[in-house]
Amino acid sequence: MQTLTNRSKPVNRKPMTWLEKLYVWNIAKGMAVTFIHIFKRKATISYPEQKRSFSKVFRGLHILNRDEEGRERCTACGLCAVACPAEAITMEAAERQKGEEHLYREEKYAAKYEINMLRCIFCGLCEEACPKDAIYLSQTFAPANYGRAGFIYGKENLLIPNPKEDPEGFNKARGERVMS
Amino acid sequence: MHLLAIDWFLLIEKAILILLIVTVCLVTAMYATWGERKVAAIIQDRRGPNRAGPFGLFQPLADGLKLFMKEEIIPNASVKFLFVLGPGIAMVTALMTSAVIPWGGTIHIFGRDIALQIADINVGILFVFAIVSMGVYGIMIGGWASNNKFSLLAAIRGASQMISYELPMGLALISLLMVTGSVRLGVFVDQQVNGVWNVVYQPLGFFIFFICALAECNRTPFDLPEAENELNFGYHQEYSSMKLGFYLFAEYINMFISGVVMSTLYFGGYDIPFVNEAAFGDVWWIGALEFLALMAKGLIFVFIFMWIRWTIPRFRYDQLMDLGWKKLVPLALLNMLITAVVVLWRN
Repeated sequence: MQTLTNRSKPVNRKPMTWLEKLYVWNIAKGMAVTFIHIFKRKATISYPEQKRSFSKVFRGLHILNRDEEGRERCTACGLCAVACPAEAITMEAAERQKGEEHLYREEKYAAKYEINMLRCIFCGLCEEACPKDAIYLSQTFAPANYGRAGFIYGKENLLIPNPKEDPEGFNKARGERVMS
Repeated sequence: MHLLAIDWFLLIEKAILILLIVTVCLVTAMYATWGERKVAAIIQDRRGPNRAGPFGLFQPLADGLKLFMKEEIIPNASVKFLFVLGPGIAMVTALMTSAVIPWGGTIHIFGRDIALQIADINVGILFVFAIVSMGVYGIMIGGWASNNKFSLLAAIRGASQMISYELPMGLALISLLMVTGSVRLGVFVDQQVNGVWNVVYQPLGFFIFFICALAECNRTPFDLPEAENELNFGYHQEYSSMKLGFYLFAEYINMFISGVVMSTLYFGGYDIPFVNEAAFGDVWWIGALEFLALMAKGLIFVFIFMWIRWTIPRFRYDQLMDLGWKKLVPLALLNMLITAVVVLWRN
């Protein structure tokens, strides 16, 4: 038969000889293979002590960004919620009052901002939709939880630490992702 | 009064020795379960248990505790007495073999000569064989009393496998007996300490014996009684809690004991290789060293058992019977013939 590639090997259908039927030689060969594997590098990463580094474009948990003065950038425009294919984002807008200028960057802000991490598919479309650079996907992932309610992340979970009060936490939460 | 003159020290000495050896067997078996998982892991490029204590060394304790805490289920349709008896027999027969094995030379302590052997009976190796053959009762009774067709099938498989492989094992042993001319295990070791290890005279015999030992211990590639994909779980399917633990434990004890028996028969027993023990004179620590040498040899065999388990898949049942009756029995007979001719010719 004409073969499509020259890599195919014909199947050896010769009856086994008496020596082959003892399986000794073949078993010895197999045992040599497993013996070599004893000295090979282990593929395991011992997780809590050792962590695999993520790629620079890893899309993990969301963070709500602040500007350099520590004000929330989100204006609750709802574009992220519209862009979200999994419909994981809900928000409620509120008007900035007098005296809150140091907290919110624009006149409107998100009073409530929730992402259901069980619905979220971490596609990053919210990040792309945001006109204010307010939402980013960070380099951490959602920890395990016993109930579903624990996977609905509110503002208290999502907001990045204030860069003025806690610059270290801010940098850590931002990770290696390039943001504005 | 004369009849009652029992050597009380002898009784105490033997009691301590029995306690020690049984403890050694149990602890070794316990850590063999840990070793099995470690060997499996490193052969498969994994790490194995490493969370419970340093290097996962407390893992067997955790496993034992878990087995004790599990609910104990005795099926309604089972024969309750036999159901409980099965794992007991498996455990007892696994431990009993250790009684005749010489675990070390004679040591002088407290002005007494203490042989590190519980009983140097004159039918030593036959005793081992008798007890090992009784091990099949544990499987048979357990499998039958469970009143489960899978268990019963597994038990039948186990029994026929053990009977088939005892034959070439016995034939291999006969040729060894022709060389040594004794069935007392102490004599075996003495000859090897003073001369060459028996494996030099009987390489083929050892090979056959080793394969049969694998089959007798129900180890892969001959673990047909517990073939999960065909028989769900094998003869201990209905067992739970520590009764299951006993079956699993007995397998590891069997493994260790058969490793020690093979070392005793073919690899010089407690003989420390390349060292003349007699040159050190009468010091107690040489006995301890000899004991450690035997342990090391036994554990090497245990490692080889595990290495084989994680290398080759299970034999098909007809292949198993083929190998036993059509390959090993003729080979063992041939080995016996050659040995007989050589022994006759040399005399």
